[in-house]
Amino acid sequence: MAEPTLDIRGLSKSFGALKATDDVSLDLRPGEIHALIGPNGAGKSTLIKQISGEIAPDAGEIRLDGRRLSGVDAAGRARLGMARSFQVSSVASEFTVLQNVVLAAQGASGATFRFFRPVMRDTALLDPARDCIAQAGLMGREDVPAAALAHGERRKLEIAMALALRPRLFLLDEPMAGMGTEGARALGDLLDGLRHRAPILLVEHDMDAVFRLSDRISVLVYGRIIATGTPGEIRADPEVQRVYLGEEA
Amino acid sequence: MSAAEITAAPERQRGRMNRAQIVNAALALGLVGFGLGVWAMGEIFLVTLATKVAILAIAGAGLNLVLGFGGLVSFGHSAYFGLGGYTAGILAHHALNYTPMFEWPFLFEGTTSMPVIWITAMIVGALAAAMIGALSLRTAGVYFIMITLAFGQMIFYFAISWPAYGGEDGLPIYVRNGFPGLNTLDPIQFFGLVCAVLFAVLALIAILARSRFGLALQAARQNRQRLMAVGIRPGGVLLVAFVISGAITALAGALYADLNRFVSPSMLSWHLSGELLVFLILGGTGRLFAPLAGAGLYIALEHLLGGVSDHWQLFFGLLLLAVVLFARGGVIGFLAEGKRHG
Ligand SMILES: Nc1ncnc2c1ncn2[C@@H]1O[C@H](COP(=O)(O)OP(=O)(O)OP(=O)(O)O)[C@@H](O)[C@H]1O
Ligand SMILES: [Mg+2]
Repeated sequence: MAEPTLDIRGLSKSFGALKATDDVSLDLRPGEIHALIGPNGAGKSTLIKQISGEIAPDAGEIRLDGRRLSGVDAAGRARLGMARSFQVSSVASEFTVLQNVVLAAQGASGATFRFFRPVMRDTALLDPARDCIAQAGLMGREDVPAAALAHGERRKLEIAMALALRPRLFLLDEPMAGMGTEGARALGDLLDGLRHRAPILLVEHDMDAVFRLSDRISVLVYGRIIATGTPGEIRADPEVQRVYLGEEA
Repeated sequence: MSAAEITAAPERQRGRMNRAQIVNAALALGLVGFGLGVWAMGEIFLVTLATKVAILAIAGAGLNLVLGFGGLVSFGHSAYFGLGGYTAGILAHHALNYTPMFEWPFLFEGTTSMPVIWITAMIVGALAAAMIGALSLRTAGVYFIMITLAFGQMIFYFAISWPAYGGEDGLPIYVRNGFPGLNTLDPIQFFGLVCAVLFAVLALIAILARSRFGLALQAARQNRQRLMAVGIRPGGVLLVAFVISGAITALAGALYADLNRFVSPSMLSWHLSGELLVFLILGGTGRLFAPLAGAGLYIALEHLLGGVSDHWQLFFGLLLLAVVLFARGGVIGFLAEGKRHG
């Protein structure tokens, strides 16, 4: 079996008395979509934030390609190829689509302290940015300010920015939320193809998409992983049925 | 060109840029034309007033870099303005009094050369901004406003209580410092020099705003979380902007000292920090020419209303309120876009 891209061991995080992450171990292997599902407040976003470096875990460790990440901040992790999207989409809303993606390409390039050449004429950034915009399905929308995008388009913009980071892995926090069936299906097809570029840790409430796309699924409840397995195994798991899937059906 | 103008869509941007450029060109020509016009009419006092507008616009341009592009509300920019002023005053003081500033490691007698004074003032401003910025940028929002104010006040009280350079009374510069090839004592020549510095500073800021650095700086204003997530630390970007800003505002301070041929602690007072903020709000925060529009309007109103009523600040306050409530893009936003942001 290939070495996991992301390896999480014994991760714990408490907010006061609340155990938001409780001894979580999980890995993400090359080429896979690994879905993380669970009820509201289970701690999915909190787990993503610890992986991306926005909040520090109380215990446990995270490795990217075998390298320990403690002490590497969110910007450092992004440079290492952790490309993330946010549950509430987060872009520079006054910038155009192209400017947002150029910003991501600039981040990946590691050269921000350049003061004189116009960035929007810098082909070293523009070419990859245009490419990522096309892959995310936003061609023709390059010059639209992000604030004027439809909800689903803003989700795609986040994907385009993630692509521009030359990702080692994707951390996607509910990319399909609020997208409608058509949009969710299209985005699903996009993610389906992206897994071969870099594996995806996918937090998602859309169970159709999760079961259609995932290679593996982990179920998080009250900060604990109660089951990890293939979609078939998860569907058949009686405990998962009881605490999560059952209540949704 | 401003944050808003850079970020607008090209098809609309093209139209809007033209209009914004016309407004900018009108402001630049307006300043130069006014200066030349009043000089031709022999109104030397008004030439001096126009020079004051240009100098304050330079100081405001420094603040605009951090506030308009980076979104940092510094309420302590008087510190850099005053430090620039004192740099000019102290260097000239030693040169004019033949009292060396220091004799070790080499003899330094001060200077009356503007270029040397400007560079020194910018270095002093940059160093102060680096120190103040490194500490202040750990905070955000209201705390940032308060801590920058606190640093400004510290320097103000230091200047008042330090007797060597005049203390509370300030420090005169007996003869305006010189610039190679110019007679700086001639008001119109000094005005021309100051205008050249102003336009050079605005050109520099326009270039910075379009660069990679400028893109990251404007992203830091909009969404720091997103900037981190693409691998860029906002802190470093904002600190560099703060340092450049401090240097520009200090340069303005040095010019202001030469304009008045006098440096006093009032250059360091928080009133000045507030006035710089007012210029930007009036002109349209984040727009390249906002400091010129704002300073021009402010000084004009001070001059005109001040003659009519001792309470001109009251009328001015009402005007400011109207701008904040009804024309969020300031004068330039109003003229360039013809629309109000509620
Ligand atoms: N910064 C914080 N301080 C205190 N409590 C927090 C903080 N962040 C999250 N929590 C709590 O931790 C728990 C897990 O939150 P989290 O956002 O990770 O859930 P989630 O699984 O992403 O839920 P959802 O499906 O609604 O997005 C919740 O009870 C939440 O209220
Ligand atoms: Mg969540």
